[in-house]
Amino acid sequence: MTTTQTFEYAPGVVDEDDPLHGELMKLNMGPQHPATHGVLRLIVTVDGETMRELEPVVGYLHRGKEKTCETLGWRKFFVHTDRLDYVQPLMNNIGYAIALEKLAGLKVPERGQDIRVLLMELSRIAAHLIYLGTTGIDLGAVTMFFFTFNEREKLYDVLDAYTGHRMNNTYVRIGGVYADVDENVQQGIERFLDEFPAKVDEFESMLTGNRIWFDRNRNVGVLSREQALAWSLTGPNLRGSGVDHDLRKDEPYCGYDGYDFEVPVGTIGDCYDRYLVRIEEMRQSTRICKQALARLQDTRGGEFLAQDRRYVLPPKSEVRSSMEELIHQFKIVTDMELPAGEAYGAIESSKGELGFYVVSDGTSHPVRCHIRAPGLMNVQAIPLLARGRLISDIVAIIGSLDFVMGEVDR
Amino acid sequence: MGSLKPAGPSSAEGGFLATRADWLVNWGRKNSLWPMPLGLSCCGIELMAMIGPRFDIARFGAEAARFSPRQCDLLIVAGTLTWKMAEACRTIYDQMPDPKWVIAMGVCSSSGGMYDSYSVVQGVDMLMPVDVYVPGCPPRPDAVIDALLKLQKKIEREQPVKLLLSGDNLDEGAGTHHSFYAPNKGIPTTRSHEVLSPDDPRKD
Amino acid sequence: MTDLDRIRPAIAGLAVETLASRDGIAVLETTPAQLHELVARLRDACGFELCTFVTAVDRFPADPRFEVLWQLQSIAHGDRVRVRARVGGERPSVPTIVDLYPGAAFSERECFDMFGVVFEGHAGLKRLLMPEGYEHFPLRKDFPHQGIEPDRLYREWDRRRHEKAAP
Repeated sequence: MTTTQTFEYAPGVVDEDDPLHGELMKLNMGPQHPATHGVLRLIVTVDGETMRELEPVVGYLHRGKEKTCETLGWRKFFVHTDRLDYVQPLMNNIGYAIALEKLAGLKVPERGQDIRVLLMELSRIAAHLIYLGTTGIDLGAVTMFFFTFNEREKLYDVLDAYTGHRMNNTYVRIGGVYADVDENVQQGIERFLDEFPAKVDEFESMLTGNRIWFDRNRNVGVLSREQALAWSLTGPNLRGSGVDHDLRKDEPYCGYDGYDFEVPVGTIGDCYDRYLVRIEEMRQSTRICKQALARLQDTRGGEFLAQDRRYVLPPKSEVRSSMEELIHQFKIVTDMELPAGEAYGAIESSKGELGFYVVSDGTSHPVRCHIRAPGLMNVQAIPLLARGRLISDIVAIIGSLDFVMGEVDR
Repeated sequence: MGSLKPAGPSSAEGGFLATRADWLVNWGRKNSLWPMPLGLSCCGIELMAMIGPRFDIARFGAEAARFSPRQCDLLIVAGTLTWKMAEACRTIYDQMPDPKWVIAMGVCSSSGGMYDSYSVVQGVDMLMPVDVYVPGCPPRPDAVIDALLKLQKKIEREQPVKLLLSGDNLDEGAGTHHSFYAPNKGIPTTRSHEVLSPDDPRKD
Repeated sequence: MTDLDRIRPAIAGLAVETLASRDGIAVLETTPAQLHELVARLRDACGFELCTFVTAVDRFPADPRFEVLWQLQSIAHGDRVRVRARVGGERPSVPTIVDLYPGAAFSERECFDMFGVVFEGHAGLKRLLMPEGYEHFPLRKDFPHQGIEPDRLYREWDRRRHEKAAP
């Protein structure tokens, strides 16, 4: 529907000979749209081909997760955290576990931390593969979709063998992970990691020097340093704009300070820089995974789960033979309490800073569990980057901001 | 294909030729089910994996995953449906031309899943008739392909030509077409779908 | 881990400090009237460039009912701080910080949507996650988890659909 509205431009902004200028039209993109990466609705006010104003409408996937946490209790909510940013389920689990461990004052043993780092970096690779695949196919590089999903399938095979499910694994518990990494899984991951760098090179060879990719991404969606900070952006979006901030380096958790890796930082802050940042992050993640595997090799047979019986289930053999362990099992499963207080635990997820602000009053149900989703800030920044650009750029901008509606809407 | 007898009265219109025509029409329809991927959340990722290289739904004729509902005949509701999204979902379903079928992929679209909360529709069949439900959170792509094959078997049982010849006089069981269902006749429905009893010969 | 010595001089008199949280982040307890000034000083004088989140906690049946929280982060100093204000009453309201941190816009809208806390001065404060016209505030403690309205929404939606279909 066309609404006729004359629009006054500052002199020199628009081409006066353009026959279409001066009439604004409201265009609706979504909530069901191939390029919106989930159920996002964008109400775009266009002037010819130029976008004058955008309004993102979210909430089409609001499932009431924060309320669910209050109803279900601390322990049962792990299952729901997978479905937040569903392309990197294990990362969300670990973020939540870290917040709870801060509340409980629990320390995860070293082997548990190494397994967590391994799972997080594999999830980061998986999430960036989705970014590449979906952004590629949105911008016309259909091959990228098939190539990256093929790699994801290899990752899924590994995770399926280890955790029992391809995605939404819920493999993390308070105090560590559910079960240890054994020989087969280790070899599977090593095989994947040996082949993966060559695949990243292949992706780069297809896109980085590609004229079309370059023209569609260079100087599109430029985000300055100050804007990125003022708009609460974190992760590759912030790093693409030149701010060297990564929670893994600045506020290390899970033993990240013991790993040797670099954090890629961009210069201009356009879509192309963010793409390069994510490609390099995949390579660095491979590096971290290899170090984690080497550490796991060294600590074989070590503890991977903290043995605090207030929060961690005892092994089944002990439950069946000892009365005390049976009582612990019963207490944890029905009514696991966390000490009163509040805590904020954050991790560097593939989209930015994923934080959980948890408030407890000493009972088994939280007073509040707020999920600080990086995707919400990314969606908020769409109008900032897209105002004044052509309609065809909106797809590149949405792709490069990289959000997942599961965590935006919670 | 030949092991299932089509339902409906034995004195069907058209006789042998109509049955062969039915078979031909159903063969064409079931082998070219173009999906409309309504990827709402996590199941959407497994849906993409199903369209992807390893599970390759194109082998079964579901090649063209168009994003315009006007060009599709199979709506795969993959993910959690919320009340905010309900209207859009029903609009997409209404826009699809007949014949159309619906697969509810995952537990969220089958029954609301793990979300019994204030904003989640407890099953997409509150809004539209569903042909195949696929449990799982998310279901493996193999499971959804299995659902597609079951849907193909369901389509084989339809009798479109006989219905055309008989002028809408056959029983309800003659087709699994959505146009036979109450909603398109202006009657609202909640969870109205065909439930087969255990000794029904059509159950496979 | 919040470096209170660095912050204390700049925010003198505007807040009461506590270190009650278990993550080492200091919580500055303040009133809605002083909030905007406090946050402005934290941003300009203490270098907190990022607003991490804006949220609320419903402490029903305590009065004042809502604890509204703002968490800020300083990348240059590697610091975080949390600001808290308690509001209650029929129409709980706090000033907006969107003029200081544009990135807080969606967080404030979500807080309004879920709790009903009004952010004065936020132009375009409307619901973010629930549909427009939804009448309740879901994250309040007296709102049931399964909601009040799923059936009502369905019947309403169904009625509208048939009204549209009927000529």
